[in-house]
Amino acid sequence: MKIDTLTDSIGEWLRGTGPESDIVMSSRVRLARNLAHFPFVGRASEQERFDTEALLRQRIAAAPLGGSLEYIDVGHLEEIDRQFLVERQLISREHADAQGARGVAIDGREQVSLMINEEDHLRIQCMHSGLDLAGAFEQIRAVDEQIEKVVPYAFHPKWGYLTACPTNVGTGIRVSVMLHLPALVITRQIDKVFRSLHKISLAVRGLYGEGSQAMGDFYQISNQTTLGKTEEELIEQVGDVVPVLIDYERRAREFLVRETQENVHDQVSRAYGILRTAQTISAEETMQLLSRVRMGVLLGLIGDVTIPDINVLLVRTQPAHLQKIRGVELDTNDRNIERARYLRHHFEGGAEPAN
Amino acid sequence: MKCQHCDRQAVFHITELETGEVREVHLCEEHARTYLNQSEAAGEPPLGKPGGLATPLGVGQTAEELSVLDQKTCDMCGISFFEFRNQGRLGCPHDYVAFEKELEPLIANIHGATEHVGRRPQQAAAIVMPQEGTEGLTRVIGLRLEMKEAIACEDYEKAKENRDLIREIEETWLGPAVAPPPPEATP
Repeated sequence: MKIDTLTDSIGEWLRGTGPESDIVMSSRVRLARNLAHFPFVGRASEQERFDTEALLRQRIAAAPLGGSLEYIDVGHLEEIDRQFLVERQLISREHADAQGARGVAIDGREQVSLMINEEDHLRIQCMHSGLDLAGAFEQIRAVDEQIEKVVPYAFHPKWGYLTACPTNVGTGIRVSVMLHLPALVITRQIDKVFRSLHKISLAVRGLYGEGSQAMGDFYQISNQTTLGKTEEELIEQVGDVVPVLIDYERRAREFLVRETQENVHDQVSRAYGILRTAQTISAEETMQLLSRVRMGVLLGLIGDVTIPDINVLLVRTQPAHLQKIRGVELDTNDRNIERARYLRHHFEGGAEPAN
Repeated sequence: MKCQHCDRQAVFHITELETGEVREVHLCEEHARTYLNQSEAAGEPPLGKPGGLATPLGVGQTAEELSVLDQKTCDMCGISFFEFRNQGRLGCPHDYVAFEKELEPLIANIHGATEHVGRRPQQAAAIVMPQEGTEGLTRVIGLRLEMKEAIACEDYEKAKENRDLIREIEETWLGPAVAPPPPEATP
């Protein structure tokens, strides 16, 4: 697959559609699986990694779903292309930075991605726009069932699916939703919300942020445990808390409009102003400002921008995307100038700056 | 009221309750964001990092007990429990059997459970043993290691024996080396 064809599309999680998509960006389910007859990736020799990759690659391609997948040999990609796939959420940062034979199979809609030789031999991921955990699970289950017919997954009756890290053992499932929670951040309730999530053993991470520091008020909520509950129960655990968070965020947005309308309107307008006029701007600042504008659009304070528009900008202003769009490698300074140029053009009249 | 860190108006008034101490913080929006991000980072459990995995093992175990434990190795991939504790990653599927006793408290600590209740692989149902799962296939990891050692010692007889055995086991589990068309696709 040509990575360049991906730069023209936007990918599932950016579509800005699906239930509750004003707050829920995307719903994601991933499964960790390993072959029974090879050491886990971290312990495998170069040859064993190669054999693992070859076997999985061939058998997945021969399965019914194989025809709808495109395979990318990540081990032979340039760093910028690997970074591009990370920004796209099709591979993990660990997978991008790893060594040896590895790859990813992706479906045309960018809903399904199968990472080979990440921490586990196989990491299946399925992502849907908006709040749709049930739909994502149904799809990933079908994919998993096809693959387990053609390769022997390591399985133990007591421990379930065996994984390189004991934190994933059992179901091997990680269920997560990405939420946009600007009003909870502004009204400083976010910290309280997260503490209560930790208490019910859910994890919180930021989008693109280092560690747990979220960038642009985007947060990912996921299950911490994978053993002792069924897949359905674990999905419920995450799914049950989402409507509560949506409700909190909506109330916080209402509060902001009711109590501090001028303030919020001012903040949002300034953010929009900077994005439309800046001459140099970092990826972090861009994301923070786009987050504010996104909220402004949803509160009816900004009229001439759409949510899918902002979602697209969120990913296209990331370093690797920006360089792919421009077709040249750029250092940080040049990227910041180029990013500002891209944003100005985008807001001026929709036409993308020519290469 | 002014922000504690700058001259701007304090808009966030946070009351921290930690270990019985009450502390008030007054911040402008910008400093509040930094502050909240910091405390959020501190609240993140160190799961997934080697350190986070290693810690619960120490509970109720003396240094001596631990050092004996650390020397235990897996017959298949050769990883020692010490290596696992350092890296936080296991070496192969058999580790869950080889280190079962040692892993049990750790897994209970992480998941609050020690029994899988979710889905089971369908394909393998015919071969997967009810007691030992895919252990029968995982054996080849150890056989491959032995084969390498035999070659290094120029014991070609033994190496050939292992190679044939590996082939036999793999074929039973995986079918012929080239992927057959999946059942649905055959007319």
